[in-house]
Amino acid sequence: MSGTAPVLIEILLVEDNPGDARLTREALRDAKVRNNLHVVLDGVEALAFLRRQGKHAAVPKPDLILLDLNLPKKDGREVLEEIKQDDQFRHIPIVILTTSQAEKDIIESYRLRANAFVTKPVDLEQFLKVVQSIEHFWLEIVKLSRP
Amino acid sequence: MSPTPRTAPIEVLLVEDNRDDAALAIRALEGAKLRNRVTVVGSGLDALAVLRREDRFSDAPRPDLILLDLNLPGKDGREVLAEIKGDNRLRDIPIVVVTGSQDEGDVRRSYGLHANAYVIKPIDPKTFLEAVSSIEQFWLQIVRLP
Repeated sequence: MSGTAPVLIEILLVEDNPGDARLTREALRDAKVRNNLHVVLDGVEALAFLRRQGKHAAVPKPDLILLDLNLPKKDGREVLEEIKQDDQFRHIPIVILTTSQAEKDIIESYRLRANAFVTKPVDLEQFLKVVQSIEHFWLEIVKLSRP
Repeated sequence: MSPTPRTAPIEVLLVEDNRDDAALAIRALEGAKLRNRVTVVGSGLDALAVLRREDRFSDAPRPDLILLDLNLPGKDGREVLAEIKGDNRLRDIPIVVVTGSQDEGDVRRSYGLHANAYVIKPIDPKTFLEAVSSIEQFWLQIVRLP
């Protein structure tokens, strides 16, 4: 609905669990909208990716970020806060995708300017469905900021 | 997939001055799986009055989700967005901008003001209904609201 021209949406997934990353990739593979999934394993690498530092010098700017909360090195909450306080990056939607169901995490994430908070279902089929819902809404319905 | 079993209906605040668009959005939300109650206001000032429970809105429930048009009489949607997201008591309420504007400046500015999502209103009524249904499916069935 948002895209008229065929576009390629760049998605950054920040996820240290390889199983969840693989499932997310699988769910996005059949998406209607062409997308490129980049996976980084911790919070420090997520910020390096955005800032194109080190081995990330040639990466594209993500259109959408899927962010786990519990991450090694730098926690997802810190990553969220840093991105949303940075004028260069704050317009990139961040969907929190976490196993946490804690009300505290939900409220804190919205206060830190997460665009949406989604709890990862434990069940495999439900997990795929949730990722597909994220894809449908953010890639087909939403207008992303793409200058 | 409903995240929390909740007994109270989900409260949606629709800020829309176009009556036809409001009627269509309400129709789409009425068909939703999850029980919800829609409060409609036609101006930015009324939207803030609802949120702050002023005057005739003293009994208004706190919305769980706000659908906000950008071009509104009186106080503009952009100002309403900035005020809500700048208010510590209100900023955790998700706001989906639903607007006719396709201007990249509006898109970027809205995300910069912390709109949770930006959706362009389709002109075709059927597509508009589908868009509101998609908003409902994602925000009421998939997302964990605060």
